[in-house]
Amino acid sequence: MKFVKKSPWILHYDGSSCNGCDIEVLACLTPLYDVERFGIINTGNPKHADILLITGSVNEQNIPVVKQLYEQMAEPKVVAAIGICATSGGIFAECYNVVGGVDKVLPVDVYVPGCAARPEAIIDGVVKALAILEEKSKDARKKTGK
Amino acid sequence: MGNRTIVPFGPQHPVLPEPIHLDLVLEDERVVEAIPRIGYIHRGLEKLVEKKDFQQYTFVAERICGICSFMHGMGYCMTIESIMQIEIPERAKFLRTIWAELSRMHSHILWLGLLADAFGFESLFMQSWKIREQILDIFEETTGGRVIFSVCDIGGVRKDISAETLQKIVGILEQVDKELKELTEVFLKDTSVKSRTKGVGVLSKQAAFDLGAVGPMAKASGVELDMRTQGYAAYGKLKFAPIIDTKGDCYARTKVRIKEIFQSIDLIKQCVELIPEGEIKVKVTGNPSGEYFTQIEQPRGEVVYYAKGNGSKFLDRMRVRTPTFANVPALLETLKGCSLADVPILILTIDPCISCTER
Repeated sequence: MKFVKKSPWILHYDGSSCNGCDIEVLACLTPLYDVERFGIINTGNPKHADILLITGSVNEQNIPVVKQLYEQMAEPKVVAAIGICATSGGIFAECYNVVGGVDKVLPVDVYVPGCAARPEAIIDGVVKALAILEEKSKDARKKTGK
Repeated sequence: MGNRTIVPFGPQHPVLPEPIHLDLVLEDERVVEAIPRIGYIHRGLEKLVEKKDFQQYTFVAERICGICSFMHGMGYCMTIESIMQIEIPERAKFLRTIWAELSRMHSHILWLGLLADAFGFESLFMQSWKIREQILDIFEETTGGRVIFSVCDIGGVRKDISAETLQKIVGILEQVDKELKELTEVFLKDTSVKSRTKGVGVLSKQAAFDLGAVGPMAKASGVELDMRTQGYAAYGKLKFAPIIDTKGDCYARTKVRIKEIFQSIDLIKQCVELIPEGEIKVKVTGNPSGEYFTQIEQPRGEVVYYAKGNGSKFLDRMRVRTPTFANVPALLETLKGCSLADVPILILTIDPCISCTER
């Protein structure tokens, strides 16, 4: 974890999941898994967040919400799709109101499959997202010359 | 009269794990009216019966909600079993009851944590979820899954629990019991917690009845409404009485839920003593033809399942009336006249499960 220059904060949004992945994301923050030891905090404010965790697939109703959250986040930012619904639609892919995975609307960097995704897998996904975040901020620094 | 302001609440809000939108009409700090808007996580599950056959649909039913996943699967299976007139083995009924009560415990402890988080008591949230992990460990050991276990099937259950494991569960529950007593003491006796919950969001017995509130929301207002008394699964053979309170405020609802956790521990212990030996599943032949209503008691209250079969593999119609949906009118009633700072607590007090509500 040496490469992490700052403590990444996460923003969690429930697309149209069944809650299973949501409570597993929350479970990551609690004593047994405790991602706070990596400096990761769950924030409610998109302007403070570096990593956007989306659980569940997107539908017509929440596409504007998801897009707005993503646009409000400051660069560099990373999107992680948690659970099979966010990855591809999963068991609900055939439902009339489900558009599909989150990658239909946002550029997704990390996919964490599983129904429900286990906390270990989510933490692994977030750690992978950290590496991408660092890469992105390096690129940004190169561009601005700072 | 002050100026009216509209404050949007949600769909993305720090206290809400799930999206629901409320337009709060405020007069100074008081809420005069709350206008809800739902539909952010509607998937259209009920129509999926046309694409998945009635046995595959068990998996879909379990994914209506990830918190009371087992109960949804059980309710759906019970409906289909009633239509097809399948009598499931006694052991399967007891196993279902054990898992259902464990689900209730994990759901209520989860809710206690979220409530603590809503009034900013972070360490209490952490402590609640720490205790909850022990129950998830039981699930993982007996079924293989932490939140969604796909163990309920039409005709019985897929996995058996050995006698040693049952004894082990009782041992774990005794430990959990001890830790919970310490934890719930804080919820019931701590002054700062009481100042946020006592007298907040009072729902009268008449209002609870008129608005069709269910579960702890109704029970805390004095309406005796517990579907378990109908004796489905193994509940008919167990000794228990619905937990009632009369105050109808947030404190009473917390108290009802806390008492229900301890009641669940007691029910599981009774099940372990009474569970008979034998088969866990019967073979299912044919397709469902006919219709049936099932009511079961979920952590959040009464849930109603309706299924209609036409003799083919695919059901004609499947309908679920979930407890949170029934509690939303009661929530809007309690929101009227409350202060803006109490809104998060009041929303959490119905134990909202939006993915159930919208399916």
